[in-house]
Amino acid sequence: KVTDQADGSAIPGATVLLKGGTIGTQTSLEGTYELTGIPDNAILIFSFVGMNSQEVSVGNRTTIDVALSADSRILQEVVVVGYGSQKKSDLTGAITAISSVDFVKGNVNTPEQLIAGKLAGVQITSNGGAPGSGSKIRIRGGSSLSASNDPLIVIDGIPLDNSDIKGAANPLSFINPNDIESFNVLKDASAAAIYGSRAANGVIIITTKKGHSGDKLKVNFSTLFSASQIAKKINVLNAEQFREAVNTHGTETQKALLGSANTDWQDQIYRTSFSSNNNLSLSGAVKSIPYRLSVGYNLQNGILKTSAMDRTSASLGLTPKFFKDHLKVDINVKASTTKSKFPDEGAIGSAIGYDPTQPVYMENDKFGGYYQWLNPQGNIEALAASNPLSLLRLKSNNGTLNRVIANAQFDYQFHFLPELHANWNIGIDRSSTDGKEWSSNLVSASSYTNNGSTGYYTQSRQNFTNQFFLNYVKQVDQQNFNIMVGAENQGFVRENENGTTYGNPDVAGIKSYFKTDYALLSYFGRLNYSLKDKYLATVTVRRDGSSRFAKENRWGTFPSVALAWKINKELSRDDIFSDLKLRFGWGITGQQDLSSGDYPYLNAYTPGQGLRYQLGNTFVEVLRPNAYDPNIKWEQTQSTNFGLDFGLSKQRISGSIDFYQKKTSDLINEIDVPAGSNFSNKVTTNVGTLENTGLEVVLNYTPITNDHLTWDISGNFTYNKRKITALTKVDNPNYVGVLVGGIDGGTGNYAQVHSTGYAPNSFFMYQQVYNEAGAPIEGVFVDRNQDGIISELDRYRYQAAPPRLFLGLSSQLAYKKASVGFVMRSNIGNYNFNNIYANRGSYQSITGSGNFLSNLSANVLETGFTQRTDQSILSDYYVQNASFLRMDNINFGYNLDHLFKKGKIRAQLSLVAQNVFVITKYKGLDPEIADGIDKQVYPRPRTLSLGLNLHF
Amino acid sequence: CKDLDTKPYVGEVSELVYQDVNNYKEILAKLYAGLAVSGIKPKDDDVDLKNYDGGSQGYMRVYWYLQEFPTDEAVTGWGDPGLPDLHRMSWTASNQWSSAFYSRILFQAAVANEFLRETTDNKLSERGIEKTQEIQNYRAEARFIRALVYAHGIDLYGSIPLVTEKDQVGSSLPKQASRQELFTFLETELKALETELPAPKTNEYGRADRAAAWMTLAKLYLNAQVYIGQEKYSEAAEYAKKVIDAGFTLAPKYGNNFLADNDTSTETIFTINFDGNETQTWGGTTTLIHAAVGGSMNPADFGVDGGWAGFRTTKEFVGLFDDAKDTRAMFYKEGQSLEIESLTTFTDGYAISKWKNVKQDGTPGKNLTHTDTDFAVYRLADAYLMYAEAVARGGSGDATLALSLVNELRTRAQANTLTTLTLDNLLNERGRELYWEGHRRTDLIRFGKFTSGYNWAWKGGEKNGKDVEPFRSLYPIAATDLVANPSLSQNPGY
Repeated sequence: KVTDQADGSAIPGATVLLKGGTIGTQTSLEGTYELTGIPDNAILIFSFVGMNSQEVSVGNRTTIDVALSADSRILQEVVVVGYGSQKKSDLTGAITAISSVDFVKGNVNTPEQLIAGKLAGVQITSNGGAPGSGSKIRIRGGSSLSASNDPLIVIDGIPLDNSDIKGAANPLSFINPNDIESFNVLKDASAAAIYGSRAANGVIIITTKKGHSGDKLKVNFSTLFSASQIAKKINVLNAEQFREAVNTHGTETQKALLGSANTDWQDQIYRTSFSSNNNLSLSGAVKSIPYRLSVGYNLQNGILKTSAMDRTSASLGLTPKFFKDHLKVDINVKASTTKSKFPDEGAIGSAIGYDPTQPVYMENDKFGGYYQWLNPQGNIEALAASNPLSLLRLKSNNGTLNRVIANAQFDYQFHFLPELHANWNIGIDRSSTDGKEWSSNLVSASSYTNNGSTGYYTQSRQNFTNQFFLNYVKQVDQQNFNIMVGAENQGFVRENENGTTYGNPDVAGIKSYFKTDYALLSYFGRLNYSLKDKYLATVTVRRDGSSRFAKENRWGTFPSVALAWKINKELSRDDIFSDLKLRFGWGITGQQDLSSGDYPYLNAYTPGQGLRYQLGNTFVEVLRPNAYDPNIKWEQTQSTNFGLDFGLSKQRISGSIDFYQKKTSDLINEIDVPAGSNFSNKVTTNVGTLENTGLEVVLNYTPITNDHLTWDISGNFTYNKRKITALTKVDNPNYVGVLVGGIDGGTGNYAQVHSTGYAPNSFFMYQQVYNEAGAPIEGVFVDRNQDGIISELDRYRYQAAPPRLFLGLSSQLAYKKASVGFVMRSNIGNYNFNNIYANRGSYQSITGSGNFLSNLSANVLETGFTQRTDQSILSDYYVQNASFLRMDNINFGYNLDHLFKKGKIRAQLSLVAQNVFVITKYKGLDPEIADGIDKQVYPRPRTLSLGLNLHF
Repeated sequence: CKDLDTKPYVGEVSELVYQDVNNYKEILAKLYAGLAVSGIKPKDDDVDLKNYDGGSQGYMRVYWYLQEFPTDEAVTGWGDPGLPDLHRMSWTASNQWSSAFYSRILFQAAVANEFLRETTDNKLSERGIEKTQEIQNYRAEARFIRALVYAHGIDLYGSIPLVTEKDQVGSSLPKQASRQELFTFLETELKALETELPAPKTNEYGRADRAAAWMTLAKLYLNAQVYIGQEKYSEAAEYAKKVIDAGFTLAPKYGNNFLADNDTSTETIFTINFDGNETQTWGGTTTLIHAAVGGSMNPADFGVDGGWAGFRTTKEFVGLFDDAKDTRAMFYKEGQSLEIESLTTFTDGYAISKWKNVKQDGTPGKNLTHTDTDFAVYRLADAYLMYAEAVARGGSGDATLALSLVNELRTRAQANTLTTLTLDNLLNERGRELYWEGHRRTDLIRFGKFTSGYNWAWKGGEKNGKDVEPFRSLYPIAATDLVANPSLSQNPGY
């Protein structure tokens, strides 16, 4: 009979196998089994999902009863929670952990893509298809408006600086995804409040892989080769359609400009690109020092010609223990060099709009042989776009980013008081970027005048972290106390410099320099209490000081409380619920990551750089007072979370449901100040409130599991509603709100607005009038305020960019040596402003001045619009439903162990297709756009990868 | 341990800035530069005003837009938000051009106030800084710039918030001053500056002297009937005369005032300075010159690397030139039609070739993208015409002198001379002499021909033009400020 060690209940469906043989069976409903023909020296293997397998020598026994214990990797799994760790089963907050076995497979270049679509409440939207481009990460919608909505990222205990680095697409992109062991996402305030002032948008804790004591040398080599291709092109007029459009709607001058070629400019700028990613890691232990060493080389060529990135990375982890394990040391060093070739992405917009009747090259080689629009005098026309290919070939921007992040963590268990640990973690994070830009004199009118240009940029960052905490764990009867108190100090210094010089000696160069810093000082504590392993409570408090605020406002206190009740422990004989836990959490988190510099409270002056004003015969530098708010302080988010975790049939079915509400007050917001009262029209201050309400559901199911066949399905579902509840200090119904979301076409056009009572980034449009056939009537809009004219006052809020619902579904099926899996994501209720339609959707857009032609979106054939006016460009016709279902990833794996002798070398072959298909009604290139404004984007490619993984 | 008292590396806290007297001129330079460019870095980077495009928010560019587009002098085909509303005279309180300029006025005033607060006798002696004549001049010039922007404010918006050095930053809601209060403030300030500013032509180029204050006063008095319902023509004539007698002389050639080396002109009284290398902007004369070039015009003739194909003029304005010999009629007609069928077609409407980034010797300015050409806020010809008009309107003065001053301008332009001065004639003469220099809207209003009584192509959004509501003589208080400052009231009609 096979039973559960915890409560003695029977385990039906457990597998019993003869080791090294082919004989096996499954237990009955009562947990019993029968096997015949077993030799005495045999070993039986008992296994069940969610339980630790056991091997038992048979000997001369005929009845072998086995009690399986729950697999520590599941319920007993230890989860890093910030300044410590907890058993997964004891968690009280909304924390999701995901480890390397569940990561997204394939050509993953930035770490956050490992978990895209895998977690409820965590939305990961890639910034496009450029090599190494990162993603926007939003946890539960984002609780800020103009301050940062990025979560705090903590790597091996070191909180990272979120600000972007030139030469790297996001703060994570320097990390080799292969070095990551797990992600733990702290979603609610009770979990995240221990990170206080930076936790309002959640915390992502990344733990890197380590060596283990006593391990022999393990070598892992993986190589992946990928081919990428554009999945879809933007639908513009082809040469024939364009000729007809110009001949029908153009002036005589314009007709005369038509060429005889037939060029698909998008074909000219894109390519099929090949990439490879190679990683080698060694782990083991030298004497008593466990180590892991890894090196990686990742070469990514982009589908836009000339774009490329290569990253060389190395990481070393040492985890020695001293004094009979009383002192544990964890040292991590990660270093990487990323070299990027950034193309002028203006080529994408240029290709969309370039006249398809013109050839790529022209005979006149005055401009490097590339076809360019010329003015009547034979020079490049200033207003015309440059030849798309020339933008790629005659300009360059190459950047090298070096980054080192290192930390040493010492955990000392007191000899005289083993319940007490002291933990000291020091870390540094340094990066430096060097870049060079070059532009040929042949690429545009101004570059011709300036005789080309060369530029440079450097950027450096130095951040340090110094943290210390004491942890005291004590069991008294059935009560368990875990108390932690600590302090942390962090400093962040950034320095940028850039300059441009021109080939024409008469044209003055530009130089600019910037340096800034800020610091945080924090004290924090946490109490975890459990009674009878049934009732759990967590109380945390953090006090944070930030240099970004004036002395009087500098400190903020961020408390949280969480309670949990393991209901399954109350059930007298549980054979249904392996886990059933009710959670409640409440807490306050803060935000100090302003988007407006590090000294927003300070009355200071900034010097101009490179701009001088003529007074008399000299050019005098300028000094300007900065707009400031001496009273600026923390933004606060108060959140409440109700959650239920459940597991059925020994975790064969498991999941959780969370309901949350987050209310942010004192929003850090850039608002209009009374004119004349400050040194700008807008100042960053605390005003307004924002609410996020949502529901998250996670479901994991293992329909089949046995030694030959395993099938896992997991799905997650998130509903999030974001609403601005106040934007002004005094409620004012006339206040339109803050215009955001700049668009292409016309200078200074904004398509979105933050308004009270609406979702942030609501589209702010004119309401199009349609005819009986449902087609938009050109230039006719609804006079919503009924004042007889159509003006800005008739704009209204129509839909918003973020999705109401997002879902992820993934599945993995393994049969003997083969496996197959997929990851699918869906957003529902998200809308995009199709800027390409709006900007290029009328015949008037054929040209601006008469000396050149521009191509149109094929949408013009549907609407027949002739004029693009300041109103038509903001028609709600161009706001389109962008709900989608995307097959992110389909992977196949095959185990090649048999190719190698005696299984000493294990090998897997994998084939992964990414961005396989998208189902959507959206008319643009790709419905998934983080801010909802569809301008020219670097398209996400479709990628096919072949990989080989060797372990020995 | 890193403490929390961080200080900027780039820039200084105000207290330290004012301890170093060398910084004072740089703050003054920012006040002047605030009339030219949008920010403190080249090409309108690091802008002063948020949410407005850098190239489009510069003081001079927007002032020019607001003064020229709702008139017969200028049209544009660009569809930038709110821009078509200017010529068709259908702007709202949310119009970004009108709102941006409103903010600009008060931004300039706030910066001037800060400088005045921090350089009082007390503050100087606290810091151990000797009060020199130069510092005295800086203070007077800061007050002049504040007066200048409020003179634009009273003209464009009527009643706007008045802030002085007594209003601390962020302390309270600025109070809206009536047009009468603004008038009194300006009159008092400018009269005080008469003695505090350096004598005419004694200050550095680009810096204000007494003549600049006199011009501002003369203009204020000339428009007093519009602003406060009182005739002040004698005062207008008196102050115009002070300028005329101050030693400025007309440039020998009219066109020299609008070229890349116009800093050598003897005619300019107060200028906003641009430089292709040192003071780079997408606004200012860079806009004015590029935007006027399109069609078959050769950018090189204008000292630029390309045209932006934007601005032209109406046939009604072309019609003002009754003398074919008048050299001020700088129209580019080749390939351009007189009639404007479509505002968005550059070749509809004559182009204007008055402003150039070319020097008198025909060579281009330093930079073909950003221009060197300065913009005269005031030049002597305007003083002549103000004097003539003030006298013609009944102000005490010399009518014979008035006629001869006008004829001096006409003679320079090789146009035949006039024998009498009528008001109609003077309005047209101002158009011929001062077009595309940012005067037209004010002039049409003073002559009662702005909203009705005179129509031009596409006024009111109709091809042949139509009357618009009288309230359009004032721009609205920016909608954003009505929210930010609930004590304000909107101009009627908006």
